[in-house]
Amino acid sequence: MPVDKITQVSQTKPWHGQIPVYGQYTYGIAGERFFREIKANGRIMGAKCSSCNLTYVPPRIYCERCFSELTEWLQIPDRGAVHTFTVSHVDLDGNRLDEPLIVAFVEFDGVHGGIVHRLGEVEPDQVYIGMPVEMRLKSKAKRTGSILDISYFKPIRV
Amino acid sequence: MNEKVKVWPGTPLSEKDIIEKRVLFTEWEPNLKYAWDAGVGYGGYFAGLKEGRIVGTECAKCRRVLLPARAFCEWCFRTVDRWVQLNDTGIVNTFSVAYTGTAAERLKDPLVPALIEIDGSGGVAIMHLIRGGDPWKVKIGMKVKAVWKPKGKREGSINDIEYWKPV
Amino acid sequence: MRKVAVVGAGMTKFMRRAHETGKELAWETSRMALDSCDLTLKDVDCVVMGTAPDAFDMIHMKHEYLSDGAGAWRKPYVRGFLGGGTGVFTACQAWYHVASGLFDVCLAVSEEKMSSCLPHPQGAFVTCWDQFTESPLGTSLLWFFAWEMNRYMHAHGITEREIALVSVKNKKNAIEHPCAQLPGEITVDDVMNSEIMAWPVKRLDVSPTSDGAAVLVFAAEDVAKRITDKPVWVEGAGWCLDTMYIGQRDLYYPKYVEYAARMAYDMAGIKEPRHEIDIAEPYDPFSYKELHNAEGLLLCGKGEAAKLTVDGETQRTGRQPWCPSGGALGVGNAIAATGVMKVAELFWQLRGEAGGRQVPGKPRRGVAQAWGDEMQVGTVIVLGV
Repeated sequence: MPVDKITQVSQTKPWHGQIPVYGQYTYGIAGERFFREIKANGRIMGAKCSSCNLTYVPPRIYCERCFSELTEWLQIPDRGAVHTFTVSHVDLDGNRLDEPLIVAFVEFDGVHGGIVHRLGEVEPDQVYIGMPVEMRLKSKAKRTGSILDISYFKPIRV
Repeated sequence: MNEKVKVWPGTPLSEKDIIEKRVLFTEWEPNLKYAWDAGVGYGGYFAGLKEGRIVGTECAKCRRVLLPARAFCEWCFRTVDRWVQLNDTGIVNTFSVAYTGTAAERLKDPLVPALIEIDGSGGVAIMHLIRGGDPWKVKIGMKVKAVWKPKGKREGSINDIEYWKPV
Repeated sequence: MRKVAVVGAGMTKFMRRAHETGKELAWETSRMALDSCDLTLKDVDCVVMGTAPDAFDMIHMKHEYLSDGAGAWRKPYVRGFLGGGTGVFTACQAWYHVASGLFDVCLAVSEEKMSSCLPHPQGAFVTCWDQFTESPLGTSLLWFFAWEMNRYMHAHGITEREIALVSVKNKKNAIEHPCAQLPGEITVDDVMNSEIMAWPVKRLDVSPTSDGAAVLVFAAEDVAKRITDKPVWVEGAGWCLDTMYIGQRDLYYPKYVEYAARMAYDMAGIKEPRHEIDIAEPYDPFSYKELHNAEGLLLCGKGEAAKLTVDGETQRTGRQPWCPSGGALGVGNAIAATGVMKVAELFWQLRGEAGGRQVPGKPRRGVAQAWGDEMQVGTVIVLGV
């Protein structure tokens, strides 16, 4: 078939291949502590840079602005607000989802950053930017030290 | 500097730290498949292999044979001028007796991957495997010949040549 | 072009697996390098990042991921990439950022976290090779080095035992390196009796995979003179790529390294490299590569590197010390970070700060080199005091 007539990749004879590797990631110094706090104590921690007056969530061991080491850790309230959100109807491979997934960036008072997570106990058309939400954790026995130890954030009345 | 630094940064972990889950970690496997198109030069090369022929292209300006066949000459930066048929014999440019496969896995029986200078190409080599005979008797400069798959089983691939045997 | 100096350096331990994330390694090292020359992040005008294939860290676009640890927040930031040649090129890139007059201070950061890639980072190379004519053969990365080593030995009549001496020397040199992953006293017989990976390459001919970071601080002449009385000047830089068709270049000699070296030597005004260069850090991911690359660097004639090694000339106390750091074979091979580690070694050696590794006789000029991409790129930098 002449090259200029090909409009569909599937009409050609392609060579198929995969990359035969997978990733195994350690959480690092800050991540280890952050996720162990969620697992053991069910609390979100932030790391504070006093000179820049910023509290990083997720916490880091350094301030990206002044490069100083962050040693002051503090608990963040488990109530925040929806900074922005999307309602996803497709999965990673482009397949339609049976139930749409609401994914939000949750911000917290006085915090630089926030947490990307799912919203639950709410219908997509009820979600709005600025909506107050609260963290819902898995039961302690089911927590493994992962971002999924948080089941979702759900709306609250304030 | 070296004397001034008391502790060099970095916290080494052992295999045990992972196996016994002393540290937190997470895993991810990419769910990706690729499909690559051979293009013009290689397309002709593979069509030739399917017919049991090794074909290259020639640049009339630098008088070079390009192998595997390509659509343009990277030296002269111009299109190639004609297709050339080469022999399915050659000499071993270099080789290895390899006990490792693609992901560094160990092979019980070694392979003999080699670069084979194709006769008639002016010394241009292609990558392939040598089989038949003792791997440790392979030598640089040894003459080899292609062993083709039966015609009906060829699909226009580098593996239409099953392997190269010493002659 | 302006004069540019290296004024600070830092590195992590090189290790099989680091607890720190890549960005944490980058930050530890960047801060260490800045501290070493009493600069802060505020003094940094731009950042260059050197890090090898994304698949090694299993983080796509990892320069973005690493950016905050590299001090790139709201700064001009760019990643230069030349596969295994990336490390030394990162230094070249930092040099021209400053030499051009665009920036006064440039932070050159390199990081690698190869432990994230399983079962082995070699698997990531499957999509680097030609998908049509190479990968379908079940190709292993080690085959490329085996082919080159075999061809090199064949061309000059060099033996495996002579080449094994490079592993012996570099692992021994690494004993004095506080960050080394595989230091030790081994013998030629140990190398010869180690597992055959892809003959002629044996296990102890091969550098390990490593996690680690290394950072350099580059400054324009006026800044350098203000902050240190021991600036180490960049005298030359060069890089060159050969054809990616392995069957259309002769593997016995790295012509592209020679071209890269000539570019750097011309800039430095070096006419006779073997007499005018005091120490060298040729890239040694495999034992034969130190010899192969040293020949490309014109530090001896073609095929003469093995004899220099046998004669002990390339020992730390020899006439031409090669890899006084311990190299990739001894310190570890955190790809891009190893290239930067080699430049850092020149920096420390030329300032007389290399501790137990110090080459005697106050070396005044050194060359560092890396090699990679599809095994056909050479990157070279010359430093001097």
